[in-house]
Amino acid sequence: MADHLLEVRNLSVDFHTASGVVHAVRNISYYLDRGETLAILGESGSGKSVSSSAIMNLIDMPPGKISSGEILLDGKDLFKMNAEQRREVNGRRIAMIFQDPLSHLNPVYTVGWQMREALKTHGIGNTQAQAEALRLFKRVALPDPERALDKYPHEFSGGQRQRVMIAMALALKPDLLIADEPTTALDVTVQAEVLNLLKELQRETGMGVLIITHDLGVVSEVADRVVVMEKGQLVESGTVREVYHNPQHAYTKKLISAAPGKGEMHEPATAGEPILSVKDAKKFYGGFEALKGVSFDLKAGETVAVVGESGSGKSTLARILLRLEEADGGTAKWKGKDLFTMSPGELFKLRRDLQMVFQDPTQSLNPRMTVYQLISEAWVIHPEILPKAKWRERVAELLGQVGLSAEHMGRYPHQFSGGQRQRIAIARALALEPQLIVCDEAVSALDVSVQAQVITLLDKLRKEMGIAFIFIAHDLPLVRDFADYVMVMQKGEVVEFGTVAQVFDNPQKPYTQALLAASLDPDPDVQAANRNARLANVS
Amino acid sequence: MLSFIRKRAFASLISLIGLLVMVFFLSRLTGDPASLFLPVEASAEMKAEFRALHGLDQPLLVQFGQYVGNVLTGDLGESLRKARPALDVVLEAFTWTLWLAVITMTLVTVCAIVVGSLAAFRTGGFFDRFSSMVSLIGASVPDFWLAIVAIVVFAIQLSWLPTSGTGSLAHWILPICVLFVRPFGIIVQVVRGSMITALSSAYVKTARAKGVKSGPIIFVHALRNAMLPVITVIGDQAASLLNGAVVIETIFGFPGVGKLMIDSILQRDFNVVLAAILVTAFAIFLMNLVIDLAYALLDPRIRY
Repeated sequence: MADHLLEVRNLSVDFHTASGVVHAVRNISYYLDRGETLAILGESGSGKSVSSSAIMNLIDMPPGKISSGEILLDGKDLFKMNAEQRREVNGRRIAMIFQDPLSHLNPVYTVGWQMREALKTHGIGNTQAQAEALRLFKRVALPDPERALDKYPHEFSGGQRQRVMIAMALALKPDLLIADEPTTALDVTVQAEVLNLLKELQRETGMGVLIITHDLGVVSEVADRVVVMEKGQLVESGTVREVYHNPQHAYTKKLISAAPGKGEMHEPATAGEPILSVKDAKKFYGGFEALKGVSFDLKAGETVAVVGESGSGKSTLARILLRLEEADGGTAKWKGKDLFTMSPGELFKLRRDLQMVFQDPTQSLNPRMTVYQLISEAWVIHPEILPKAKWRERVAELLGQVGLSAEHMGRYPHQFSGGQRQRIAIARALALEPQLIVCDEAVSALDVSVQAQVITLLDKLRKEMGIAFIFIAHDLPLVRDFADYVMVMQKGEVVEFGTVAQVFDNPQKPYTQALLAASLDPDPDVQAANRNARLANVS
Repeated sequence: MLSFIRKRAFASLISLIGLLVMVFFLSRLTGDPASLFLPVEASAEMKAEFRALHGLDQPLLVQFGQYVGNVLTGDLGESLRKARPALDVVLEAFTWTLWLAVITMTLVTVCAIVVGSLAAFRTGGFFDRFSSMVSLIGASVPDFWLAIVAIVVFAIQLSWLPTSGTGSLAHWILPICVLFVRPFGIIVQVVRGSMITALSSAYVKTARAKGVKSGPIIFVHALRNAMLPVITVIGDQAASLLNGAVVIETIFGFPGVGKLMIDSILQRDFNVVLAAILVTAFAIFLMNLVIDLAYALLDPRIRY
């Protein structure tokens, strides 16, 4: 029998920590052939990145320990090689690209230097390395490749940096490319371009690609086969179609059903006066126009989703509406009064009505305050809401509303998972009984299944308490399920505004169409059809 | 870049003037030079004459005005004690201090970077624990005590080295070794901490995935990133040496600016005190400028 390009057999990796042994992966086995793409699908903490780190010899030992198994590359066990042999395999036979290309490129050396280093490390001369670096930069379609070589990582955009990483990984024509969440930090249109580039390069070189991701859409776009991991164990494997249409394991079923974008679309009610009416809002940073006149209305209990790619001005809009920054023009009437010109005293009273939930609950919750302190702090600032005697009771009630319980009151944020922390952040926002909550990418950092829970919670609050939402997001399927109206922004301007059904079923503007086309569908058949339509459009 | 240097120079000028004002008036509070320089039995007339000769009979503000005027023309006055231009006296002493500081800090920097980096590479290993212990002791031992013990052991009991003074290369060894200990201890700790962060960073993972060898990973990839906080501390430590290591210079009878300053304060030699402060302040300003420029040199993201 011919050997597979890569075969992982019964791999177990443990980490010995102060609080005991963590079994990061247990007895996992999978294989990958040349020219094939295998996806490892899992949520945070599933151990999906551990086996690739073991392949690349990137696990620090101690605290890590390979407690069983073997990893065969063309039939040869990597674990039986010495450190020097492993080092020679890295880069030459197996290369890797990572989620966040900014932190994975050395900030103090030019990208050309880092490209040449990859080549020279494996014995290629300086002049040849320079020529090869230039050729690769041209191949990955970096603009102005000659000059790009002398630039530093921070001088590129996120998508360009990932192209640099890809060029560097492919420098020595490896047989195997490991891509660890390669597009998670990128905008959807850029994600589509990068995934496309990876597939092209795979066709050219015939390499095997191991892609690690949490995103069913990415799996359906690029992978041939998929293995699903949960809590360090491999729970399911098969071709992407088999697994999507006929999942066997309960966890896989849950993952697939949690993927957003399949629910009923909201039909917004038309009656009622707007509580917030924004007209021609502007914001400048020096000479740069971050918001070029944005207008929209919002009624009680309604949700406006603001979608757009990085730099579109969607977060700036949130910040000026909450007066975290001052607007440079326009008005925002909240029940008849202009938010932008309100005095600090009036604004203080109004803070009760307007609350914000941020993207990263780890950073937005003070790590040295207990949950009780975090939530009741609102009443320290606004004592008229609730007498102190009732605080404990009300905190317990709020925790119940967000699906936590009263016994969590004395704990600190680090003792919770990411999803629970975001619930705490929501409970804190609710403490002031607000009428509008601005969610700035509030569920983007969460796993799909947790995301679904938080969205369900927000939906419940909207129905029961009539809270209005401004929901800033880049994830279109999520927006489709949750919002009433969608505002598409690009470069500080509103490109398109309409109900969810209007925007998703019948987008008018090319930019909206491009965004929707780039958005990945978890269903491999739908995604293949989308892709063909997109490619047909291009040609 | 040039405008940055101009801005920094201007800001430093303001602090130099502030320093000058403070030291000028404070030093006048410490007593009357006439009663110190003249014999105890000197008559009131003699004292008055002495004061008139040196302008000490004028109102303080007038004295200050004259002094500032002179400083601007490069004249820092005469040393009362040595009857030579104060600036010459200070520059001579400062040259000694400068050499002492440069040699010591060069040795400290090289040794601390190598030891700290290797300790960080194998955290928790024998070398790491050993160097942590040594550097902790180094950072906490009082230098005056160390100086005295070193003199007792190496100069008096073993008679290998001279006790104090200058004249031969051997005279430099004890002061340099004693001055070496504290900055070495502190900088090793900073290098180690900074290198641990750098070595666990994502770009080091990329380098390992590229197959880069351990040597270049430590000393090319990680070290340059780890140097920024280290440079700050090196500058800080070097500044305290440039100020004149007062205690060490006194113990070893080393004719540097620290010893000069102490002697001049004790003898109310105001012009020398002021000149010494101006010269060291200027040197520290230059050094800080070099450090800021080194930041930009090491990290392309920093541009002025």
